Amino acid sequence: MSRDTLKRDFRDKVAIVGVGTTDFGAMYRDLDPQRSNYQLGLTAFKAAIEDCGLTRDDIDGIFTSRVPDTVRMSEILGIRHPRFSSTLPGGGRYSGLGVQYAAMAVYSGMADTVALIYGNNGRSVGAKYGGDGEGGGPESNSADFDVPYGMTSPGAQYGLMYRRHQALYGTPAEALGHLAINNRNNAMKNPISVMKNPLSMEDYLNTRFIAEPLRLLDYCLINDGAVCIIVTSAERARDLKQPPIYISATQSTSDFTAQYLSDNFYYDSLSSMAPDLFGAAGIDRKDIDFAQIYDNFTPTVLFSLEGLGFCGKGESGSWVTPERISLTGELPLNTSGGHTSESYMQGWAMHVEAVRQLRGECGDRQVANAEFGLYSCTSPVSAAHILRR
Amino acid sequence: MTNDAPYKRPLPDLERKLTQPYWEATKRHELVIQQCDACQHLWFPPSFCCPNCLGEAISWKPVSGRAKIWSWIDMWQMYFRGFADERPYLVAYVELEEGPRLMANLVDIDEERTGLTCDMPLEIVFDDVTPEVTLPRFRPIR
Ligand SMILES: [Zn+2]
Repeated sequence: MSRDTLKRDFRDKVAIVGVGTTDFGAMYRDLDPQRSNYQLGLTAFKAAIEDCGLTRDDIDGIFTSRVPDTVRMSEILGIRHPRFSSTLPGGGRYSGLGVQYAAMAVYSGMADTVALIYGNNGRSVGAKYGGDGEGGGPESNSADFDVPYGMTSPGAQYGLMYRRHQALYGTPAEALGHLAINNRNNAMKNPISVMKNPLSMEDYLNTRFIAEPLRLLDYCLINDGAVCIIVTSAERARDLKQPPIYISATQSTSDFTAQYLSDNFYYDSLSSMAPDLFGAAGIDRKDIDFAQIYDNFTPTVLFSLEGLGFCGKGESGSWVTPERISLTGELPLNTSGGHTSESYMQGWAMHVEAVRQLRGECGDRQVANAEFGLYSCTSPVSAAHILRR
Repeated sequence: MTNDAPYKRPLPDLERKLTQPYWEATKRHELVIQQCDACQHLWFPPSFCCPNCLGEAISWKPVSGRAKIWSWIDMWQMYFRGFADERPYLVAYVELEEGPRLMANLVDIDEERTGLTCDMPLEIVFDDVTPEVTLPRFRPIR
């Protein structure tokens, strides 16, 4: 079978049937240096199986991320003989990839029902994603050639890309402000978000720089929390408690170089993937009712919109108007508040938000009549899904 | 840096065989990067083979030290204790005239970053930060 035939055959055969999270706002205000990623994972797992009406004994596939060891997590949960299991690396790109691995396992018959469990005590233990003690070790080009100059952190790499994007295309600082403010507006309507105080453009522009041109409010909000997602076949999904949310299409692409940054803002990798993604789902960009776009740093959203073809190359800065990206706009973005105002759950909670939007569970922040939702994460490995109800 | 205080910033690993020729050259105030003997391709950072043809016969080629700015940041955040006193400090991603790119600090730039633009031409300067380590930095050609 050709790749196109396989992709069409995969369409809507696998579904997300259960989701569970912790309360991100509550945990942000309650630090605990002994908080265990396993205990966090347990909480989310119980919430997710309760959500879909399955039991622990229905789970025959398990992946964990940030929860350091899948064996230990399985032992804690009493899952003795999963048919398919693996520990994913802790990077945020592995949320989208993890859902892909789970979908592949289900679609190929290697597992019936997969639990993806993410638990992160990052805020309590002071995770920094850069600086002393990070990125070193033997054979580290970063330690030898970047760190002696004080260069560190993915945010700084995004700062370099954003400055270049500004120079090439005239992208204004306000573009990032619109994204940060949109996230905040949505977070104010999300009961479990961290940040609920209003944010104006003046507030945004007055915020301190981290790696200038990026400000504190361009950065994801490191927090403690957990997420669990349950994936099974569309057939099995039909008799469960919640309406199934189908994976219409999912694709991945890469841009592997010596630096985290991409000299074309990941445009080449994303634009090569996008036709496969939309083609496999059999829909066009205009059919997408909302997008959850990984915003480890706000410029990631701009680069993703360009690469996925929602706007032209270099045009994202003027495209992201408050009207267009709001809950009632042409493309509502990051409806839970995203990583800068809901919580940095490394893409996992964005999947949950997409599911809740498609189920119509989002109350004040519900996108009307949402049928198709996009999740994407742009990084050296990018992944994107089109989900539908 | 002519400063009597001990140097407190992170330093490269001089024991790493793959990268030793680079640091030996900077100590002589020379910039060298790897070049493939078979196809003449140049690349950075150092590697075990040519990423163009996978050739493993590799030479270290002296390059001009002329470059331009791909982009830069001003780092305000304190990630390294050694940089605590000099924030914001400027880190640029620099494109060598010969093609490969590397990170470096820029020097001879005022606090307002007057006149600094992407693609501005640069030249290399060598900074003997310790008796063992010399770091290449770059300054604008004005
Ligand atoms: Zn070669």
